[in-house]
Amino acid sequence: MAAPAPILRMTGIGKQFPGVRALDGVDFRLMPGEVHALMGENGAGKSTLIKVLTGVYGIDAGEIELAGEKVAFSGPLAAQRAGISTVYQEVNLCANLSVAENIFIGREPRRLGRIHWKEMRRRAAALLAGLDLDIDVSAPLSAYSLAVQQMVAIARAVDVEARVLILDEPTSSLDADEVAQLFRVMRRLKEQGIAILFVSHFLDQIYEIADRMTILRNGALVGEYHISELSQVELVAKMIGREIVELERLEGKPPAPSGGPLIEAEGLGRPGAIEPFSLTIREGEVTGLAGLLGSGRTELARLLFGADHAGSGSLRIKGAPASLRTPRAAIAHGVAFCSENRRAEGLIPDLSVRENLVLAMQARRGWTRPIPRRTQDELVAKYVEALGIRPADPEIPIRNLSGGNQQKVLLARWLILEPRLLILDEPTRGIDVGAKAEIQRLVAELSDGGMAVLYVSAELEEVLRLSHKVEVLRDRRLVAELPNDEALTTDALMEAIAKGGRS
Amino acid sequence: MSALLRHRLVWPAAVLAGLLLVNVIFTDGFLSVQIRDGHLYGSLIDILRFGAPLILVALGMTLVIATGGIDLSVGSVVAISGALACLQISGLGDQGSVGGVLAAVAVALALSLALGVWNGLLVSAIGIQPIIATLILMVAGRGLAQLITDGQIITVNSAPYKLIGGGYWLTLPFGIIIVAAVLTLTAFLTRRLALGLLIEAVGGNAEASRLAGIRSRGVLIMVYTFAGLCAGIAGLMISSNVSSADGNNAGLWIELDAILAVVIGGTSLSGGRFSLAGTVLGALIIQTLTTTIYSIGVPPETTLLFKALVVTIVCLLQSQAFRAKVFRRRAAPPAGRPAAEEKKVGVPA
Amino acid sequence: MSVESTAGGRLKAPVRIPQKFVPVLVTAALFVAMFAAGGVRYEGFATGQIVLNVFIDNAFLLVVAVGMTFVILAGGIDLSVGSVVALSTMIAATLLKDGWPSPPVIGLVLLIGTLLGTGMGAIIHYFEIQPFIVTLGGMFLARGLSYTIGTESIPIEQPTFTAFAQTRIDLFADLWISPSVLIAAVVVAVAAYVLHYTRLGRNVYAVGGGEQSALLMGLPLARTKIAVYGISGFCSALGGVLMSFYMLSGYGMHAVGMELDAIAAVVIGGTLLTGGSGYLLGTVLGVLVLGLIQTVISFEGTLSPWWTRIVIGLLLFVFILLQRLITARRR
Repeated sequence: MAAPAPILRMTGIGKQFPGVRALDGVDFRLMPGEVHALMGENGAGKSTLIKVLTGVYGIDAGEIELAGEKVAFSGPLAAQRAGISTVYQEVNLCANLSVAENIFIGREPRRLGRIHWKEMRRRAAALLAGLDLDIDVSAPLSAYSLAVQQMVAIARAVDVEARVLILDEPTSSLDADEVAQLFRVMRRLKEQGIAILFVSHFLDQIYEIADRMTILRNGALVGEYHISELSQVELVAKMIGREIVELERLEGKPPAPSGGPLIEAEGLGRPGAIEPFSLTIREGEVTGLAGLLGSGRTELARLLFGADHAGSGSLRIKGAPASLRTPRAAIAHGVAFCSENRRAEGLIPDLSVRENLVLAMQARRGWTRPIPRRTQDELVAKYVEALGIRPADPEIPIRNLSGGNQQKVLLARWLILEPRLLILDEPTRGIDVGAKAEIQRLVAELSDGGMAVLYVSAELEEVLRLSHKVEVLRDRRLVAELPNDEALTTDALMEAIAKGGRS
Repeated sequence: MSALLRHRLVWPAAVLAGLLLVNVIFTDGFLSVQIRDGHLYGSLIDILRFGAPLILVALGMTLVIATGGIDLSVGSVVAISGALACLQISGLGDQGSVGGVLAAVAVALALSLALGVWNGLLVSAIGIQPIIATLILMVAGRGLAQLITDGQIITVNSAPYKLIGGGYWLTLPFGIIIVAAVLTLTAFLTRRLALGLLIEAVGGNAEASRLAGIRSRGVLIMVYTFAGLCAGIAGLMISSNVSSADGNNAGLWIELDAILAVVIGGTSLSGGRFSLAGTVLGALIIQTLTTTIYSIGVPPETTLLFKALVVTIVCLLQSQAFRAKVFRRRAAPPAGRPAAEEKKVGVPA
Repeated sequence: MSVESTAGGRLKAPVRIPQKFVPVLVTAALFVAMFAAGGVRYEGFATGQIVLNVFIDNAFLLVVAVGMTFVILAGGIDLSVGSVVALSTMIAATLLKDGWPSPPVIGLVLLIGTLLGTGMGAIIHYFEIQPFIVTLGGMFLARGLSYTIGTESIPIEQPTFTAFAQTRIDLFADLWISPSVLIAAVVVAVAAYVLHYTRLGRNVYAVGGGEQSALLMGLPLARTKIAVYGISGFCSALGGVLMSFYMLSGYGMHAVGMELDAIAAVVIGGTLLTGGSGYLLGTVLGVLVLGLIQTVISFEGTLSPWWTRIVIGLLLFVFILLQRLITARRR
């Protein structure tokens, strides 16, 4: 075998969380001097694998070998000492300290017991010069862009004599020039024989920089490939896979809606989040939003709800210009948004199911007009029954419910407002199959009742089953609008996602 | 029974009952309440009467803490409000004039309200951390109070004013009636109307609340304003009770007692769920503690030691890390180090 | 060093003027302006001795504020400092009255202060309770302990202490300072050295910049966090010793509210209350500004002493607003 021995070899890795098998018999190897992409959708097990490798979690099965020796790290620090450094998307450095300090803190050069600042700055500048980066190392890190900060983090990682460098979504908030700069640094490191594990959701970037890739799906290994032997379409297919569980079929394709345009976005965009896009959603229409993670799905949805300020463009609701500067304004216009991030953006964990359910309605009415308790109980009883929320006791704190039931409560929070447009961001993620089917059936019923739905999901089957039309996002750009006709299959959709348009 | 034990007010209630029990043992006739000259008298009534200002301040503090904030300035507001009222009353031709006293009270309360709005604006509109934002008024407010009193202790001799903190109405001390009224009003606003739900939502998850359409800015301004108002009323009570205003010492450290009362009452400092009843219990515990220390003959100067003890115990019990560490230790006592660690941190408690 | 910059070009920090010094410079300018205004307005104000007197009257506050600077830089707060100062004067006075010689008294006082601080730090770190609450408990404890020792003021007549109180160290040209100022100066110098030139000092900044990041960078989080409270405890105890030199008495009511003065000095000195940014020099200037306000108000015969608090409050407001603007712009 001509290839050198792997610097890192993980075999048969298994990791179990309560109720979830996060990793199941995953093999992974990393050669010195290669850039290796780790691919997979949300929940595929990428971050679990990285955390297992760096000792954040222990493993339930399998073993990890570094340079031929069996290892088990107690934490990221131990891993770092052994030569495995990680740089995360959100830079884990101290922005208040200087660039030089960020590289050397904890192991500053000292003379006679005192920190030798001059030497530290000299060495920091030399190190960064080795990465083609010429900046003032005495300036605070916060003075520089995220890209530079990331490279400083890499410089720190490399100077700790890293043999393995893990870059976890380093490019997700960088612009094209910054990405190019980062790639130069990566190539430089590669030449030095460092093995780089690279995670990114941008396919073009993977094909530009990576040598090989490992694909995970649902915690299991799909395979290890050379970049050259797998096309983008094949890659997407392998990442998304086919849904094996056959959900109860909704009869045929949904009938085309008859209503007029409800929301028309014209050149709406937000720098760094999503490129300006135009989009029309009709009454009673289910619009699917497809794209890989990081393609701008959530960002688009948030703009339509006023959760973020739009940097450009305009919006018309029912033909009248509307400015959605706050979620409150959007709600007043009949727009509702169920966030994909239940924990951070949906639940009030300490409050009861009933209180969580009536929250948005109460907020709309204002605090001086309480919802009579009997009305609350009726509403809650109705939706607990209709959505099958369990346990059916509305007075227990919502944090004690399972993910699927929490999701149903949050859904009910918006349904009782009877919105004109309901935006659902990954409503079925992380919930069991039964709850999934119920939510899908509900969406179909709602749209039959005249409600417009914007349905964001990573699962193409689901998008296809529910939507009247599908908007395709890629690299933060709305690249295609596909009517959901007989010709649109998951394969066609995958191709659109991979290539940026129907071929 | 076990549901009762799990109720979060059980421990504060038990502590209060224990304190009262100690008093019953040490003081004869502690529980007796009599009517003299048409007024209620007795140790229990005294605890309520002397505890009234603290309960008021703590009620306001409860709502602030429920939003995840804190108000350090209430002590200064107490001093300012009392000072302003006394200053005006002392300037009246007839200090017994009800109209003049009412006007003075109204002005003092209006200023307290304005100071509360100021805190609310700093926190919500400018976005300064609550601790720091209210620190400003805490520092400057003492000076303002002394500016109002010109550094003197203003003494008034006004029967209508005396009523607020020292008088009786319908056999009850007037202060208790005020507390009952404010408590009822607060309970009405928060539990009968929907203010409480919105406050708890903002304190429980600010971002989720925003996305649910709650105007959190308005909620924040409202709770700080309410805290200011409560402190203002408490200030009137304190100065009325002694018929004088002392800009330097009135309400000194009441903010700390109030925060303590809230925490003892089971409202977490990180915000979210709050309990008005718990706060009242907490304030009564602190007041009873002081009374107890007097009645069992412990020198009053050790009051603070007891308080330190109570703060530490309550906070440790509320700390998840502490419970986790203690319970783990109990489950499987590991050798050596943790025990030594515990000893070390036990010292300053 | 000639680094050929290849493609990508030279990336310069957008701000060349060291923005990190701006808050300290503002405080310095404020001090100079106050001093100049005082000199114009009052006769006999613009002398070196006025500045030295500020130091003499505030040596203990300076030492306490140095400890507070460590805590605040690390992102915490310490409400117990005033009480620890009082407790220290009380212990010192009591032991001296019992006939203890001064060196072991001072040693014991410093030890107790340090232990108290370390203990609070340990509770804060290991049990994850907010520093505000823990140090509030410490404040009650220390104040309560001093009342328990005695409720009356205890005079100190021990020769070493009185010598420290009365000695004048003459500088040039009729200027003089007290030994306490010398001690405070040493404390400031040592603290500045520690903050700038030792790993502990840099770790304090790093922890204040972000605990999670500091931990991931492999810095000793527990040690650093506990150390800053220990340092603050030590400084408070030393401040207590200096105060007993100054007052020649131990009293449980000494230094009431000093925690506020110390926090105010640190904030006015340009240190961010959120941690991670600030300089010890700023704290020195902050103490000077506070002291000078008092001096100005005493020179201005008609102004009452309570204006001090109001002005300090106003300054706090202005500086916090300034900080807010600076951090907002950075984002």
